[in-house]
Amino acid sequence: MLKNLKRSLIILTLLCAQANAELVIDVQGVAKPTPVAIVPFGMEGGAAGMPLDVAAVITADLKRSGRFAPIDESKMLQKPTDGSDIDFQDWSFVGVEAVVVGKVIQTGVNAYTLQFQLFDTFGRRQLIGYRMPASRGTMRGAAHRAADMIYEKLTGIKGVFGTRVAYVTALQQGDKRLYSLIVSDQDGENEHKIMESKDPIMSPAWSPDSRQLAYVSFEGSRSAIFVQTLRSGNRFQVSGKPGINGAPAFSPDGHKLVVTLGGVDGNLDIYVLDITSRSTKRLTTHRAIDTEGTWSPDGRHIYFTSDRSGGPQVYRISVNGGTPERITFEGSYNARPRLSPDGTRLAMVHNDRGNYRIAVMNLERKDLLVLSSGQQDESPSFAPNSDILIYATWQRGNGVLETVSADGLIRQKMASGQGDVREPVWSPFPRF
Amino acid sequence: MSYFKFFAVALFSVFLVACGGNTIPDPDPTDTNYGASEGANTSATGDDTTGGGEYFDAAPETLGTVIYFDFDSSEVRPQDQDLVAGHAIRLNENSNASVRLEGHADERGSREYNIGLGERRSQAVRQMLMIQGVKASQIQTVSFGEERPAAMGSSESDYAQNRRVEIKYTN
Repeated sequence: MLKNLKRSLIILTLLCAQANAELVIDVQGVAKPTPVAIVPFGMEGGAAGMPLDVAAVITADLKRSGRFAPIDESKMLQKPTDGSDIDFQDWSFVGVEAVVVGKVIQTGVNAYTLQFQLFDTFGRRQLIGYRMPASRGTMRGAAHRAADMIYEKLTGIKGVFGTRVAYVTALQQGDKRLYSLIVSDQDGENEHKIMESKDPIMSPAWSPDSRQLAYVSFEGSRSAIFVQTLRSGNRFQVSGKPGINGAPAFSPDGHKLVVTLGGVDGNLDIYVLDITSRSTKRLTTHRAIDTEGTWSPDGRHIYFTSDRSGGPQVYRISVNGGTPERITFEGSYNARPRLSPDGTRLAMVHNDRGNYRIAVMNLERKDLLVLSSGQQDESPSFAPNSDILIYATWQRGNGVLETVSADGLIRQKMASGQGDVREPVWSPFPRF
Repeated sequence: MSYFKFFAVALFSVFLVACGGNTIPDPDPTDTNYGASEGANTSATGDDTTGGGEYFDAAPETLGTVIYFDFDSSEVRPQDQDLVAGHAIRLNENSNASVRLEGHADERGSREYNIGLGERRSQAVRQMLMIQGVKASQIQTVSFGEERPAAMGSSESDYAQNRRVEIKYTN
């Protein structure tokens, strides 16, 4: 499996060497997913059946990553639930590089143990094995955590199967529109409506501890920024000044928001807002549109969009203020910057020959990679492992979400709810 | 935006001089006929504007409330300046009256940046009203960016209908 990954990387590197600055990769046929087997889990110790088809959740997670091709159950020559029962000859014959076996053991009325083991078929040895406690309600989360561990062991990349996404939907109802702010698991399950309004909702942003969302609401036909605690639904307004209040983003320590304020004269600028005291510190003063601020992961810089040079480009400024430094120089339109959590890359909306597409710039090499292929792609957001991005696009007149790997090789559609879906943001890793 | 150029143009509109379009101005300053601006056939309050032109009239029933903008522009077009002047007159005549200027942009590009484009357009109308004597306290601006399109499609004609400022009386 590592061989295949390396092969794909080599092809990618060769393509990069030929390009000058921008590179658009065709997703088909470059990456070859690794065949694996996730054997249906066994059930022990309970009269009622399995609380959840754990193998199916793990299979769907690994398949959706684009890096794995789980084989169908019908092709499995044996279905062990414990490593001691594995016949490696059978699995080599089937052609899978790794096998996952496991079981759910009921230990109480609503208490279970989830056990799984991951085996290397060719090396004929166990790679990892874990037992996790879970209830009926937490079993799905435990299955995602198992998928994360399997994924990380096989790829070296931290899995994001246990994370969530937030997004906005707009549903047309006659001549009226209903806007909703939704949080769901990253596979689209467990949708929860956080907020609903007949006026637009924009720019959701996760707090670093995943407990809160900041967003812009136009209730009452004026813009204001709210911070809402997910578990309780309680929210408070952090900014409702005259004019524009927009584009909130949390600082890495969670105590501040970078926001856009326009004031009565409508000069949009970047401000840092202290959430507790509500005091603001102005960072930009230019008469241009300065907006869409975002923090660098080390908390020292704010990247933002500014059209001070004529059209939107990405700039960055020290959180202590000073002169902004221009970051993007290719193309006439670069906006909505978002840094990868590992700080190495910058995603943005980039106008590529008339189409608005998602591009990623390596901050060290300064090269630009166009990752998407639509006409109106927008709102890129990195997963917390810095390896995948989610963004909004249009398909046959409907707003939908897609994910793409940071190298552009794997693109997936994401299951979405009703109406036009837009402005996806990927949660941080959950903190337990 | 060039403020000098803007001021000069605003000055013209105050004196009700016809500019642009293909009509000949009526010398009577209170009842003047102007060529219809392209796409300007809708308004938020359902005004009765006929296809042939828009009557310049400070009477509430016929004064248009939507101003359209060219691509990538926040300049009030010559053919809309009388409309703005009509609202300036109305607001000057009644210091209790107030308006909310709602700016919009077409859907292309980034959403929060488009909030900025919509706000630029509201501000252009606001400046024009204030130059004509309207008090700042009578004017509120908001920008919906691309979030409240008037036309749902993605054609140039749809985009043109979405690049607008809507004038709504809040008092």
